[in-house]
Formats: sequence, structure tokens, C-alpha cells
Amino acid sequence: MLRIGVFVCHCGTNIAGTVDVKAVAETLGKEPAVVFSTDYPYMCSEAGQNIIKDAIKEYQLEGVVVCSCSPRMHEATFRKAVAAAGLNPYMLEVANIREQCSWIHKDMAEGTAKAIVLGRTAVAKVQLNAPLTAGESPVVKRALVIGGGIAGIQTALDIAEAGYPVDIVEKEPTIGGKMTQIDKTFPTLDCSSCILTPKMVECAQNENITIYSYSEVEAVTGFVGNFSVKIRRKARFVDEDKCTGCGACTEKCPVKNAPDAYNLGLSNRHAAYIPFAQAIPNVAVLDKERCIKLTKGKCGLCSTVCSAGAIDYEQQDSFVEEKYGAIVAATGYNPINIDGYDEFAYSQSKDVVTSLEFERILKADGPTEGHLARLSDGKQPKTIVFVQCVGSRESGSAHGCGKEYCSKICCMYTAKHAMLCREKYPDTDVYVFYIDVRTPGKNYDEFYRRAVEQYGVHYIKGMVGKVAPQADGTLDVQASDLISNEQLHVKADMVVLAAAIEPDKSARPLATMLTASMDTNDFFTEAHAKLRPVESPTAGVFLSGVCQGPKDIPETVAQAGAAASKVIGLLAKDKLSCNPCVAHSNEMKCNGCSSCANVCPYGAITYEDKDFSRRKDGTMMRRVASVNEAVCQGCGACTVACPSGAMDLKGFATSQIMAEVDAICK
Amino acid sequence: MADYKELVLTASGVNPLKCMRCGKCSGTCPSYDAMEYHPHQFVYMVEKGDIEKLMESKSIYTCLSCFACVERCPRDVEPAKLVEAVRLAVIRQQGKNHLKSEQIPDMVDEELPQQAIVSAFRKYSK
Ligand SMILES: Cc1cc2nc3c(=O)[nH]c(=O)nc-3n(C[C@H](O)[C@H](O)[C@H](O)COP(=O)(O)OP(=O)(O)OC[C@H]3O[C@@H](n4cnc5c(N)ncnc54)[C@H](O)[C@@H]3O)c2cc1C
Ligand code: SF4
Ligand code: SF4
Ligand code: SF4
Ligand code: SF4
Repeated sequence: MLRIGVFVCHCGTNIAGTVDVKAVAETLGKEPAVVFSTDYPYMCSEAGQNIIKDAIKEYQLEGVVVCSCSPRMHEATFRKAVAAAGLNPYMLEVANIREQCSWIHKDMAEGTAKAIVLGRTAVAKVQLNAPLTAGESPVVKRALVIGGGIAGIQTALDIAEAGYPVDIVEKEPTIGGKMTQIDKTFPTLDCSSCILTPKMVECAQNENITIYSYSEVEAVTGFVGNFSVKIRRKARFVDEDKCTGCGACTEKCPVKNAPDAYNLGLSNRHAAYIPFAQAIPNVAVLDKERCIKLTKGKCGLCSTVCSAGAIDYEQQDSFVEEKYGAIVAATGYNPINIDGYDEFAYSQSKDVVTSLEFERILKADGPTEGHLARLSDGKQPKTIVFVQCVGSRESGSAHGCGKEYCSKICCMYTAKHAMLCREKYPDTDVYVFYIDVRTPGKNYDEFYRRAVEQYGVHYIKGMVGKVAPQADGTLDVQASDLISNEQLHVKADMVVLAAAIEPDKSARPLATMLTASMDTNDFFTEAHAKLRPVESPTAGVFLSGVCQGPKDIPETVAQAGAAASKVIGLLAKDKLSCNPCVAHSNEMKCNGCSSCANVCPYGAITYEDKDFSRRKDGTMMRRVASVNEAVCQGCGACTVACPSGAMDLKGFATSQIMAEVDAICK
Repeated sequence: MADYKELVLTASGVNPLKCMRCGKCSGTCPSYDAMEYHPHQFVYMVEKGDIEKLMESKSIYTCLSCFACVERCPRDVEPAKLVEAVRLAVIRQQGKNHLKSEQIPDMVDEELPQQAIVSAFRKYSK
């Protein structure tokens, strides 16, 4: 039997408030193999760790059990302490008597009894622990950023700046994301393109950055430090290396009725197109659904006018396979589809628009060339009503597409829109209907107050119940004014809806490929909500921008930089130490059935034919499983799948789990 | 005296704490001007336990039972069910002046819109 020491932590009153820690230490001290048992207010403190180290030496401990908080919190701390005293760090077990005991029990007697059982279980397990040594795996010094909005751009620039090569995969023909569509940006009202374009150009020019535009991630295998990624480069029917971006193809293309995605379908473009003037890369694309040559085999005009000979109607999707040490998700967001909100007449009237559509109307390269005008008749609206929280903060089933969360950015951009209207067109009457105005942040509330106090925007607390298009082309907006306790009717020329935002639809399948977790709203989950906000729980996968939760540009850029610094920290290492708690197969039991390889989510299991010949029996070759320890993540799926019980997990062996169960049932 | 709040909450099945005070119900209500207390106020007053005031108000009869507020509420609060439950509290208090289904045929005439019959039945049959 190993000589075991038990250390019971009070965690201040966190544990000691509901668990009689002295009784726990005393009772566990009587367990057969336990030669030392004590308690201490803060086991994780330096003094607490010293108690462990001293006891290991004084009592020649061979195994250590700490009864404290969750191993997720401090297992690493105690492993280090144990190792410092000369013991193998894997000769430690943590019994979680806080999250799984004191915090969930109110009764001292019950809590204490359970803590004793949990401690006894850990003692039983540590008896069967074996010293383990972590292996090492090399780090590929290249990063992948998925999504080329401001989040992806900033992360890529920071990684490249530190000297590491980084690839950006962007599904659209150009990088830039939503910022390319926005006119001016709060809180300073500088022009979005003016601050974004230089960064886009920098991405194109930085020799450490490769942009795969019009591309998508097709498959991901591997693990932290060593991912293999397959990237689909969608056919754009234009040779990226030859195209000079002159636009001759666009000018001559006879198709003129393709909805222009850059303008959210508010105007049309040609089938041969470059998304907008500052696109990066500045390369044309042929829209394969609309191009006459590609759909009907006729036309071919663009290839005759392209002096660079870049048009290639035969181009096929191609694939790139590359290895990366780290992957950053930066897939951003989209406004939700609000067709279901009949009460706001969005589908009925062209003059009811979403806020992002309104950005296009305000912006010089939009459908109205930057003039504030109604889309129905081109007239300048005299009265504009803004409605906040459309589809946000909705827990009800009313529309089926509402989001329970606050979209966070719309209070600020609505104040911006209202202000811009009043500034450029002072004779416009502007109303904002709000439930709450949420503008925390540096200079943010001041910004909103400016809209009210300097620009005379009418902020009304209450929600719009109904928008009804009238025969004279105006919109009757019926709303409640909660402060004066009346129902209002505003005769408006235009209504702007601050639609909720949601993660890009492609994020969910991407998360599956990355084995990264998501919340119920499809935002990527961070490893720790407070302490590890830019890392996914999946090692080597990092999060940047709105794909992790609603954010404005300053927050996005800050988070993008933080994600980059985590990536740089990882790529700066030559080797990573692996988790030694991995699977291994007992070759004498394995019958080579492939059950384990079929369930392994990481592809860590291969089979080899091995010679098991004995001297007299002649040759005997058998197919047996073998685990690649660098790839195995220790999930344990194979151990359950193996019909012959040949697969086992180091540190979590079946015998250890059974010993724990026995200890609980005793 | 009976605990009207408890009665109104059980009869309606409404949880007024879900209300985020947006006022969309009152922004949508077609009978707003005919009502002394508006749908969002019903929710808040029930939450505070101010049921007597609601019981004495004509608002419980000027509500059209159109359920527009229920349809539009972003948080599934269902204000009209509270209006209905307050009417029920009044009926319980006054004794059994129910509208029975057999009485209806005598009351119906050619002019009466069907919607009014359905609505009246909803109001007085509890
Ligand atoms: C109407 C409106 C006005 C706004 N005004 C302001 C403002 O004034 N100031 C401010 O600070 N913020 C403003 N914002 C917020 C701002 O748009 C966001 O904070 C910012 O765009 C977030 O950047 P992002 O890179 O995370 O996401 P995005 O800009 O959405 O970029 C994501 C990119 O990833 C790409 N992508 C998605 N999925 C994949 C995939 N699977 N594979 C490859 N590529 C993918 C997308 O095509 C896109 O290019 C506004 C938002 C709206 C809706
Ligand atoms: S494909 Fe040819 S014509 Fe079109 S933009 Fe490129 S270089 Fe110009
Ligand atoms: S940011 Fe403002 S407008 Fe947007 S959902 Fe939140 S409260 Fe509503
Ligand atoms: S049910 Fe009553 S309170 Fe609700 S909207 Fe209709 S009339 Fe108004
Ligand atoms: S619509 Fe719903 S959430 Fe809004 S005030 Fe009325 S009851 Fe409350």
C-alpha cells in the first residue's frame, strides 16, 4: 500500500461553512493507508502548499489527496507543489468538496458525510495511480484565422506583426465584413471605410499574411500545435493572379439585375462584379447563378474585353491543405431576418428598413449615393421613426426568431443614426422609441445625451405596436408613450428597425469541425467567462469578435488583439507538453476489431500487424490497435467502445474508477 | 377578504415578473383610449397587488379581448389573460351571474356580429 497524505481545505468559509473540515480530516486520517491528515484555511496559498511539501518529505508520502475546490480550479497548482517536493505530479488526486459538496448542501451533517465519502473515494483512487510523464509535441508556427471582418483582420495583423505567418479564410469575395457597409462609426463619427481600408490594404501587403478570399474551411483534423485544415477555394471564374481589377468585365457584362449583396439587395449589380471599390483582393468574380455564359453557355463578353486574359469559364473549386499551430474563429454576425414582424410592415413597405440597410442609404457608395431618401419614391423623409430592440430581448414565441439577449450595439448606432439625420438635415423630425437606453462605456452615454440635448432627437420610452402604410405614402406609427401614459400616432415617412444580431449561420458547422463548443444562441463559448474570454475550451482554438458575443468595433478590436497575443504565446513555443492521461491498448487483449478507431473523434488510433509467434507454434500475426499519444486527447470514448476491455486510460483506468465506486458504496 | 392577487395569478396562469415594461402591449392595443388602465398597467398593478382598483375600473369591460397584446408581447406575458382574470374576480365576488350557453340563442339578433358573441361568452362565462 502507498503511504498517503490527506489535506482538507476550508476555502475560508466556502467549504468550512457547510462542512466540518476538522471531522473530515480526522475521519480520513483513520483510512488504512493514510499516514498523515490535516486541514488548513487556504490550501492553495503559499503556506498551504508548504504544508503539503513538508508533509511529503516528513512522512515519505507516496500519494497525495487534496479535498478542496474543483480540480479545474487548482489541480495544476497542487500538481506543481507535489512535484516540487519530489513526487510525480500525477500521484495527486483532488476531491471536489466545494462545487460538488459545500456549495450545494445547506445541512452541515449531510455536507460533512458527503465530503468524507468524496475524500475516501480519492484515497481509493490514488492508491492505484501510477507515475506519468508528459510527452511533447512540436508546434507548427503558422496560424489560421477564419473570417475576415475587422476581428479577423486585426488578429491576423497582430500575429503577422509578431513574425508568424497567418492565413485568413474569408467566405465572401473580399475581406472587411460588416464594417465595409457602415457609413460613420460611433462614438467619434469617423468614416468606417477610412479607418478600415488601410487595415485591409495592410493585410494584402504584409508578407506574413495570405488571404484566401471566397474560400471556406472544409475539414479540420489534428490538435493544438498541429492542426491540418482543408480549405475550399470556390471557383470565381477569374484568375486571381492575372486580374488587375480594372473592371472592364463588369462594365461590359449585359446582366444588370443581380441583387447586390453589398447593398443588402437594395440595388442591383452585374453578373461579373467586384464587390466595391476598395475590395481586397481587388479581383472580379463571376456570379455563377446569373452569368449567361455559365448558365446557358452563351455570351462570353467579359473574356473578350479582359485585356489581362483573366476570365476562365472552366475554373473549378480547388483545395488547399495546410498545417497550423493555432486557429482563430472570427466569423462575426448578421442581422436576423425580420420578415416575420408583420406589425412593423417591413415586408409591405420599402420605407421600413433595417438599421444596416439605413447605413447603406447614408453611405456615399450606397443605393441612394449617400442622400437620405425614401426607397419608394426617392423623396427626402421629413419624419423618421427609429424602433429599438426589434427581435432582441424576446423570450416569447411571438415571432419565432427573436433573441433573448440584448444585441448591445443598437442603442449606440440608433443614437448615431438619429444624430446624423439631424445634423445633415436639420428640418427632419426624428423619434426614437426605446425600452431602455443602454449606453455604458467610455463617452457612450455622453454620446446618447448629445443626440437628445444638442440634436433635439425625440426619445420616447415605449414600444411601437404597429406600423401601418397609408394611402398617401406615409406610415402611421402607433406606439405607447409610457411616461405620459398615452398611445401615440406618429405620421412618419420612414421607419428604421434596429434588428437583433445573431452569429453567422456557418458558425455552427464550423464549431463542429473544430470541436469547439457553442451556447444555445450559436455564439462560441469561451474557456472561462471571466478569466479566459478569448480562448475556446478546445485547446488551440481562439475567439475573436462578435462570433463570441455581441460587440461593437472598439471591443472587437480589443478582443482581436487579445486573441492574437494568445496565439503568439502558443506559436512562440517550440514544443507543447502533452496530456499524459491518454489511452493505451493491451495488445494481449485486443482483437483488432476497429471499434475503438470508429469512435475516436481525434483519429488517434491506428492498427498494426504484429508478430506474436511463439517458438514452437510457427508464425502468428495479429492486428492490434495502437494509440498515437500526441493525438489522443484522453476523452475515453475508446475505452467504453472496446468489446474486449483492451483499451484503458492512463490516470483514469477502469480499475481506478471501480475502486472509486467501491469506496462510495462501502 | 379574498386574496385577489392569488386568484388572478392562478386563474390567468400569468407571471407578471416576466414583463420587461416595454409597453408594446399598450402600443398595440386597439381599445387603448377607452381603457382607464392599459394592458401594461394591468401587468404592473397585478404584480403590486393593486387588484381592487382594476376590479372597480370600466377597463375590464372596454378591453375587446382581441388578444393583440398577447400576440405581440415579446416576453409571452399575456396581459389580456390578466384582464380576463380580473373580470373573473369580479364575477366571483358578485355571485354566480354567469352567462350560460343556453341563454345565448335568445340574446342573438341579426345585427349582432359573431365576434361580439364569442367575445361576450369569453367575458361572462367564467
Ligand atoms: C447597423 C449597424 C451599425 C453599426 N455601427 C457601428 C458603429 O458605428 N461603431 C461600432 O463600433 N460598431 C458598429 N456596429 C458593430 C460592428 O459592425 C461590429 O462590431 C463589427 O463589424 C464586428 O466585426 P466582426 O469581424 O466580429 O464581424 P463581421 O464584421 O460580421 O465579420 C465577419 C466576417 O467573417 C466572414 N465569415 C463568416 N463566417 C465565415 C466562415 N464560416 N468562413 C469564412 N468566413 C466567414 C464574414 O463573411 C465576414 O466577412 C454596427 C453594427 C450594425 C448592424
Ligand atoms: S477579370 Fe479582367 S476585366 Fe475583370 S477586373 Fe479582372 S482584369 Fe479586369
Ligand atoms: S442595445 Fe439597446 S436597442 Fe439593442 S437590444 Fe439592447 S437595449 Fe435593445
Ligand atoms: S385584449 Fe384587451 S388589452 Fe389586450 S390589446 Fe385587446 S383590447 Fe387591448
Ligand atoms: S408587451 Fe409584454 S413585456 Fe411589454 S409591457 Fe406588455 S406585458 Fe410587459
